[in-house]
Amino acid sequence: MVQTSDLSYQYPAIKQMEFPDLQVEAGHGLLIHGESGCGKTTLLHLLAGLRKPTTGSVSIGGEQVSELSSPKLDQYRGHHIGIIHQRPYFIESLSILDNLLLSPYSAGKNKAIAVANRLNIRDVLNRYPNQLSMGQKQRATIARSVMNGPRVILADEPTSALDNKNCSYVIDLLLEEAVVNDAALIIVSHDDRLRSEIANQIDLSTTIN
Amino acid sequence: MLGKIAWKNILYKPLNSALCIGLLLFGVGIISLLLLIQHHLEQKFEQDFQDIDLVIGAKGSPLQLVLSSIYHLDTPTGNIKLAEARSFMEHPLVEEATPLAYGDSYRSYRILGTTSDYLKKYDAQLAQGRGFTKSMEVSIGAEVAEKIGLQLGDKFEGNHGELPHGQAHEHHPYTVVGILERTNTVVDRLILTDLESVWQVHVDHTANQPSIDPVQATELDFGRAFNNKRSEQAITADSMEVTAVLLKLKTKQAALDMPPLVNGQTNMQAVLPAFEVNRFFYLLGVGVTTIKLITGGIMLMAGFSMFFVLYSRLRDRRYELALMRTVGYRPRQLFGLLVLEGLFLAGLGYALGWILSRVGISLIRQQAQNDFDLHFDASWVQGEGWLLLITFLIGVLSALLPAWQAMRMDVSAILSES
Repeated sequence: MVQTSDLSYQYPAIKQMEFPDLQVEAGHGLLIHGESGCGKTTLLHLLAGLRKPTTGSVSIGGEQVSELSSPKLDQYRGHHIGIIHQRPYFIESLSILDNLLLSPYSAGKNKAIAVANRLNIRDVLNRYPNQLSMGQKQRATIARSVMNGPRVILADEPTSALDNKNCSYVIDLLLEEAVVNDAALIIVSHDDRLRSEIANQIDLSTTIN
Repeated sequence: MLGKIAWKNILYKPLNSALCIGLLLFGVGIISLLLLIQHHLEQKFEQDFQDIDLVIGAKGSPLQLVLSSIYHLDTPTGNIKLAEARSFMEHPLVEEATPLAYGDSYRSYRILGTTSDYLKKYDAQLAQGRGFTKSMEVSIGAEVAEKIGLQLGDKFEGNHGELPHGQAHEHHPYTVVGILERTNTVVDRLILTDLESVWQVHVDHTANQPSIDPVQATELDFGRAFNNKRSEQAITADSMEVTAVLLKLKTKQAALDMPPLVNGQTNMQAVLPAFEVNRFFYLLGVGVTTIKLITGGIMLMAGFSMFFVLYSRLRDRRYELALMRTVGYRPRQLFGLLVLEGLFLAGLGYALGWILSRVGISLIRQQAQNDFDLHFDASWVQGEGWLLLITFLIGVLSALLPAWQAMRMDVSAILSES
């Protein structure tokens, strides 16, 4: 379970962002949407431990993530958090299989093949990122995000570059992976198409202080 | 995994990597080649430097005297009267004296008139036949036998000087009576006979020689000095000349005491070969050091190019590095990744440079063997370990700043850019 409390973040020379408290159970999803610049990505990075909150706390599976030291946070992120970025980033010089195995905490080749089979990218494992279509890349990043058996999957604008058909497909995959991995799924997006896909939602434009 | 990523990254941008490696391999190649040549030269000089404490010869360049009389690489400084040298050969401080008389050759291999002590000095054993005992008999070195194909019983006539087309000493054929085993010293390249043979050939030759252009004679016949002013046909005590005398002394102090006696009181000079060889390597070393400094500059440039490549690629790779942080890599691991890339580039540069030096050696091997009896091999030589260390140091230093930047990057800001 992911839970936040009194979370805020202060950028230099900008009014402090104060975020609503969140709670997402394992195997369930939450859509955080809102206008551009309302702090969606900042919130996601706070949840991922990529930024330290100015106030408040983030708890994942009962662990106070926001209290962890920097090295422990790196370790925790590698172990328990799966992140899907807005753009499908890869190490371009590595094959897709090596990209799935990139994390020092990844479960190994057998799991990579199993996940690739589930996401229908088994036949591109030996290819390089620049040889994949956008849809295949998106599925590969989803596959990589679950390679460590995460407690939470964080997705930043995962559908912004996809057409309607692929948009539904990716969201279904994400929800399915959340269930399979017993992980909480948190998606931040300004893509209105997702509002009909995920029931549990927060509009950050209206709730942020 | 870090090693794999570093290696794949180098291969992924081959042109960038080739730029870094190219300069480095060029620098390493030249320095390695110089080290190799220097090593073999020193080894060769050491091998031929057998129990010779002092060399007595005609006045002139001391280094020339050493190079000509011990290593047979240069023309002699002239000849000296055996009678005059004999007082020093029989000096109480001298343990062993070996006279040398030369000036002729056969197909570019020197004919050396000496005593059997010369063979003992180099521990030269007979592979076939026997040692020379009579006038006009020769024992030949292993390389001479191998290259020219002379066999026991063969006869040949020597030429003036070292050039293959020098004037032949007709009617004075030498007979091969012995072939020596390979010693890996200068003996392998010599045709050895007794002193009387050399004297006999030149006495008769001078008598039969109507006129010689002095300029031509100087160029072609360094042994002509041996015959200057001689017109008699018989060998007399007065006309017995040698080119040099190699002395082994009884004490080290004698090496300091004897040269003033020779240099101050006679027309001869006494030279300490150890001193001259050291001076030779010092002079050689100045040139080698200059080349090393230039190539060191090239390696430094390679270091800078490596730095610029790694640094400029850092901007392109910032998303990849940020991605690595999100999947659990720690900042110091990113630092290690960049340093590892620097090390791999340096290692590749060194390996290819090492290969280049060996290719270079193989290209000059035959020439060096023919001209200087230098036998180059591809083995690792002293100094190359330091070169490897310096190359790796360049790799690490050039990667330090990019690695530091990678370690300090703001992952969240980079990911937010998109």
